[in-house]
This record gives sequence, C-alpha cells and structure tokens, in this order.
Amino acid sequence: MFRSGADQEPLVLMSGTSLPTFDVAYQTYGTLNDAKSNAVLICHALTGDQHAANRHPVTGKPGWWETMVGPGKPIDTDRFFVICPNILGGCLGSTGPASINPDTGRAWGLDFPVITIQDMVNAQVRLIDALGIGDLFAVIGGSMGGMQVLDWAARYPERVFAAVPIATAAWHSSQNIAFHEVGRQAVMADPDWADGRYLDQGRTPRRGLAVARMAAHITYLSEEALQRKFGRNFQERDALSFSFSADFQVESYLRHQGSSFVDRFDANSYLYVTRAMDYFDLASGASGQLSQAFSRTATRFCVVSFTSDWLFPTHESKAIVRALNAVAANVSFVEIESDKGHDAFLLEEPELFATVRGFLDAGARRRGISERA
Amino acid sequence: MLKRTPPAAGSHRVDHELIAEMVADGARVLDVGCGDGALLQLLEDRRSVDGRGIEISRERVNACVAQGLSVIQGDADSDLDDYPDKAFDYAVLSLTIQATRQPRAVLENLLRIGRRAIVSFPNFGHWQVRWQLLTRGRMPVTENLPDTWYQSPNAHLCTIADFEGLVRAVGAETVEAVAFGTGGSRLPINRSLRLQNVLGEKAVFLLERA
Repeated sequence: MFRSGADQEPLVLMSGTSLPTFDVAYQTYGTLNDAKSNAVLICHALTGDQHAANRHPVTGKPGWWETMVGPGKPIDTDRFFVICPNILGGCLGSTGPASINPDTGRAWGLDFPVITIQDMVNAQVRLIDALGIGDLFAVIGGSMGGMQVLDWAARYPERVFAAVPIATAAWHSSQNIAFHEVGRQAVMADPDWADGRYLDQGRTPRRGLAVARMAAHITYLSEEALQRKFGRNFQERDALSFSFSADFQVESYLRHQGSSFVDRFDANSYLYVTRAMDYFDLASGASGQLSQAFSRTATRFCVVSFTSDWLFPTHESKAIVRALNAVAANVSFVEIESDKGHDAFLLEEPELFATVRGFLDAGARRRGISERA
Repeated sequence: MLKRTPPAAGSHRVDHELIAEMVADGARVLDVGCGDGALLQLLEDRRSVDGRGIEISRERVNACVAQGLSVIQGDADSDLDDYPDKAFDYAVLSLTIQATRQPRAVLENLLRIGRRAIVSFPNFGHWQVRWQLLTRGRMPVTENLPDTWYQSPNAHLCTIADFEGLVRAVGAETVEAVAFGTGGSRLPINRSLRLQNVLGEKAVFLLERA
C-alpha cells in the first residue's frame, strides 16, 4: 500500500477541499525493467478493485481481469510491469468514506469529500511517482476505468505512451446519471443506511445496496444476453407460484448478484464512486471542445466498444475517436460484435484480446520493450 | 525479439509498390479504405511512415488493429470531415474512390487533409471492359472488376480520362500518374493518354493543390 503521509503534499481535490493524508492500495504483476519503460497501469471500474489478476481476498474468486492480465495473456506480465490501484473513494484499502477520518477517529461517512475521476487519477499519479516511474507504457481500463484512462491521456499526455479506453465515454450520459441516482436513492431509502452513519452503529444497508446493484446489473447486460441466459425459465419449480418469491431464474440471479455484492462493497463508497462518474465530463474542462482536451497529444489510442453495450454505446466511443481525429491523433478504433452488453469487456471476448494484444505488441516494439522483462 | 522482415519485393500489388516509391521516408500517411492493411504495412516496413487507416469493414479493422496498425472503422464519405487541414503528408485512397457516394467531395477532402493525395482506381476505359460491353452488351466482369453489377460495391466507375477531368474540376495538379497494363507493366501517363486509357487496367495519381 502507498501512503501519502502528513509530511507530504495534501491531495487537493476538484471540489476545493483537500485530503492531508491518503492511502492507495494496489497490486502489481510482473517486473519493472531497468529502464522503467514497461509499466502498465490498469484502472478498474465502478465496483472493481485492485485484484485484477489474483484471487480475491474477500470473495475467493479469480481476479476480475484474469483472462486479460497474466503471463502470456494480452497484457503480458512476462513483458509488462502491471500496476492496478484501488481507486480513491473505494473500499478495499484506498482512502474512502469507510476509512477512518483522522480528525474524529470514526469512519468518514458522508463527511468524506465528494471526489471526481480527476481526483482518482491525481491519487494514482502520486502512486506512480512514489514507485519512481516517469512514463507509463500504457494506461488501460473499461467503463469507469476508461474514464480514468481518458483523463490520464488528457492531462498527462507526456506520461502516457499508449491509452486503451474500453466501453467508456468522455462524459457520463443523462441516462447513466439517472440509473446511478436510482441506485443511490435505493441505498439512502434503507433505514439501515442511518444517514450514512451505519458503520458507527454496526449496521449495513444491505437491502438498499442490493437493490442498487440489481438495477445496475441489468444495465451491464443486454436484452439478448438475458433472454439467451434465462428466457422465462422457472427457478427450481415447475409452475408459477402466484406469489412474489423468485419464480423466474432471472429474479433469482439478480437477487444473488445483489446480496453477494453487499458482502464486498461499502454502501457509501457506492454513492461516492457513482457520483464521481456522474461528474465526469472531459469536454467541460476543455472549453466544451472534447478535441481540445487532446490537443497536441502524442499518445497512441486504441478505443474499443461493443455492439450490444447500451450503457456506453458505440456512438460515445466514436465521439472520442472523432475528437482525436480532429487533432490528428494516433488512434485505432474497434467495435466488437458481442451480445453480452457492457459487461463484455470483463468476459471471454477473443476479438477484444486480439485487439489489445496486437495494439500493445506494436507499441512495445516501437518502444523497444523486450518480450521478457 | 524477432525482427519483422519485410516481404520480398514482388509479392506486393503493383499499385502498392508504386505508392511505396511515391511516399517519402517517415511521412505521415492516412490510408482511406485501407482494407486488410497491406499497403499500410508495406509503407511502415519500407518507409517507416507514421501510418493511419480508415476502413469500412469491422472485421478488417479488427484484423488490422490486432496486427498492430492504427486503423479506425469509418467511411470515406462521412468521416474525412473530422480531420484538420494538412494533418498528413499523404492522404491515400487506394482502389476506393469508385465505391464512394461522392467522389468529388472525397477527393477534395483528401487534398485538404493531405499535403498530397494519392488516388488509385480501376480503369473503366480498359480495352477488355470496352470489348465485353460492346460484344456482350453486359456490364463487364474482369480481374479488376470481379463482381457482377448487382453485387459490386462500385457506384462511380470512371476511365482514366474521366478522372483527369475530375482532377481539373477540383483544381488539383497531377504530380505523377501511372497506368498499369496487363502483367503489371507501368505505362506513365503523359500529355496524351489515349493509349493508357485503353491499355491500363488501373491507374495511380499523385496529386496536390495547385
């Protein structure tokens, strides 16, 4: 874990407040080469964490991107030194609303300042500095991770050789803000949320957070994937029960998604991180012109979207590509045919793997990064 | 690390070989309608260009990117407007102009985006085309025009003489132009193009704004 202590610069947040001290928990895979030229930063999504390619300490499940990251994988840890930090505002070791507020000795709760994607990236910059790494070979991430990738590339172009924003957007759409608001209201409607002070009282807003997760989970899938996977199949019964128990497999599946999520995620963290996504608008910091956010960039971009992703649809990736074309940036853009919806970026998608592998290999050849670190 | 060895000369398309001669070392090149990326790869291997591609077919784009080329999915008619003026040293349109909806607008965009434009196209004035149309009274099917009229993506076929007319119409200047005869023989296009317009299967024009 990286700790920015009281003897170091405070982290000034976009809101104007600052964190005098903060922690960033992170995992690394592979070896940093002598030239320190093979570092790859992986940015996780809303409910992800730093455990991209190792067994999760809480759930015991494989890392969320084990198909992508590892020896011989598209993000090859024999070749690259991979760093995956938990975001600021997260709940797996990095400072967030469930952390202890040094001023009170209690959990921050809603006293934690509202943070943004930029704040998350600034905390990562401090981590990368502390690791003694100047330039990152690549910054890669999907969904909210893709927002961090875009922010890195926009504000630190000289430190990012290659950027891979996947299934993401340069601003959070109205529909997506709407879904997030439903999730937050579900959390806050749970009496166990206790105005955000549930940790002090030994409570957990399980029902509210589970409903938030259930609603959000639908947006990560597609109509086609749901139909294919569940159809109208009954759950452990042969006929309708004429009750509100989980008659359908899809209900049972969502209930499971909701309840298992609660075991590994802090409810207030969910409020803060969804808010950070809502606030993201890369163009607003560039006088409304997205292309200006990337002016004179030398970074090589590989933008990826999925055909059935309706949360971050292809046209939002295309807006990024158009902005990059407007400044004649080096950009590749691939739309991958998949019926798995937004979640496709986390799943077995051979075309995604081939794209990321080819793009990184070509960049590594240009950078003279050898195949074994 | 294995060093990529460029394939031996001769295994490339004759028009690609010529374009590789026209392009300067280290140039910035946009290949519009880059297909499987063969030209971009040739230019990167032989000329160390900073190459980008646009391709309409998603499968081909994905294959290009997996191969390490910088390619986006897009189309010549609608996506060239995004690029700024003089963003590239060369804007290349290889055997694609006849498949665009608005060849004139596309050519003007090429000349705006690139300091120079390189355009190649199948010659509809080739004697085989003329012969088939004359004797059979049907749309010709040749090696360079392999599809039936109803399956062909080509919407605006032209002869070399027709293309020269378009070059004049947009106020561009021809720096170099070469037609390719049967077997890939080069037929430089000079003031009189009567012979080239009959013997050339396809042609490559290097253009710039006058």
